[in-house]
Amino acid sequence: MIRNGAKENRVTKWLVSGPPLVFLLVFFVTPSLIMLFTSLRFPGEFGGLAPIISPTEAAQGEHGLTLETYQLFFSDILYAEVFLKSFIVASTSTLICLIMAYPLALLIARSEKRFRNLMVLLVVLPFASNFLIRIYAWMIILGPESVFSHFINGVLSAFGVAPVTLLFSPFAVIVGMVYVYLPFMVLPLYTNLEKHDPALLDAAQDLGANAWQRFWHVTWPLSLPGVFSGSVLVFIPVLGMFAVPDILGGTGDILIGNLIKDQFLGTRDWPFGSTLSIMLTLAVLAITALSTWLARPASITKG
Amino acid sequence: MRRRNIWLCSAAALAYAFLYIPLIIVVVYSFNDSKLNAEWVSFTLSWYVALFNNQEMLTAARNSLIIAVCASFCATILGSMAGLAMNRYKLKFLPILVFAPVAMPEILLGVALLLFFLQVLNLTLGMFSIIIAHTTFCIGFVAIIVRARLQGMDESIFEAARDLGASPWLTFRLITLPLIMPAVVAGALMSFTLSIDDFVITFFTKGVGEPVLPVQIYTMIKVAVTPEVNAVSTLLMLLTLTMIIIATKLDSGVLRLETKK
Repeated sequence: MIRNGAKENRVTKWLVSGPPLVFLLVFFVTPSLIMLFTSLRFPGEFGGLAPIISPTEAAQGEHGLTLETYQLFFSDILYAEVFLKSFIVASTSTLICLIMAYPLALLIARSEKRFRNLMVLLVVLPFASNFLIRIYAWMIILGPESVFSHFINGVLSAFGVAPVTLLFSPFAVIVGMVYVYLPFMVLPLYTNLEKHDPALLDAAQDLGANAWQRFWHVTWPLSLPGVFSGSVLVFIPVLGMFAVPDILGGTGDILIGNLIKDQFLGTRDWPFGSTLSIMLTLAVLAITALSTWLARPASITKG
Repeated sequence: MRRRNIWLCSAAALAYAFLYIPLIIVVVYSFNDSKLNAEWVSFTLSWYVALFNNQEMLTAARNSLIIAVCASFCATILGSMAGLAMNRYKLKFLPILVFAPVAMPEILLGVALLLFFLQVLNLTLGMFSIIIAHTTFCIGFVAIIVRARLQGMDESIFEAARDLGASPWLTFRLITLPLIMPAVVAGALMSFTLSIDDFVITFFTKGVGEPVLPVQIYTMIKVAVTPEVNAVSTLLMLLTLTMIIIATKLDSGVLRLETKK
């Protein structure tokens, strides 16, 4: 490469990386900075934003920059509660995804090579159908007149428990989240489990380990990087999701995403909506950092 | 060992059932002659007929197709460049910029772009803003597929071409492009699918003008659920499933890519 001249090489480098770089600087970095900037402004009287510089000296209303929205966020316990609830929903969904995905990923990884791609494809295919359709499917299944609802309530009444409404509840929200994001957990787990050397399990067996010990002392610790990356891939989108609670949840099932959506499309308080978005960004960054730290190589050998 | 396999198989079978039963129900009820998604009455195609007489739905479908074609076209070109650049050069910022829009919750990109379009560009939201928004998050997916394909290749073929006197452009056209073509096409199909399916970012950047498919479906689900939703869902599923299967046939790297979204 050097032989053809370093200068030519540098020109090519910029020709190839320049256009996507510029596009993303304009349409990703700038908008994110604008969002940060918006969070420091006053809301306009009729939604949107108040001017930064007041047009006339006598003009009414607030202008300039402020930390007011951040004060609002930290002064009202309601927002902390919504964030806490979102974290609980995200953790629960992640945990259920992990429990459901692990056996599946393990089975695929231990199947014959020629079946593996097909089995992975079967996990991915439902993901290819529209996101809203997948949520809508659960509206049908959990609806009050559905076979499933009748069955559950039949069982409950046999035990003398009052009938429950499945749809529009936190339960429905979690089912929806797990359904939408399950493939995200299966794939990184499978990618990890596939690389395990079967000889390790044979060795453990020769040393007298039973099936459970072989799993707990060999497979599980080795799969931790896959567990972490799958968990992040589920946790982060669930944390910001508004459509699932919007469709499957009741009036009380408000998560961060719903709060943000309402600020932009309901009350039109852009500065506060931006503040909430910044807070969500910080939460996402913290989780990413945490998982990178947890998945660092040292903890694997220790595990 | 054998007993454990039975446990493993049944747990996996349950997971597959969990993944597929809901979708099968949607498809089955789209042929059900009842306004309620509750019990099977008899076979009908009337929901499909109703769908094809629903003018707003047809406009929405047309708009979404236009958006998906434009966005996937732009994302494929920019994403392939990004994938090539990330494979060949040590770049600090490009990988972060490419992957961040894919990794973060969609609502953040939706909100940021909404504010940007309205405040900075003073744009009336509509098809154009949606195309830009979709391109932004699709670039990452194309880049991941293209880079994955390049990573598996022997660098020496590119060097050989250069040694024989080929210019960078000629090397690209005669060697690199034909080799990465399956990944590029797979990336284009993926972007198309992601664009036509995307609800969250579309919801924020669509404005009040033209109807688009995901938002139209959302309104139908929220306001009045009829099996027409099932019918449109079934057709959409057919379209995206075909695309994904073709994409996978072209480049198995797509299966790895899915882990990112």
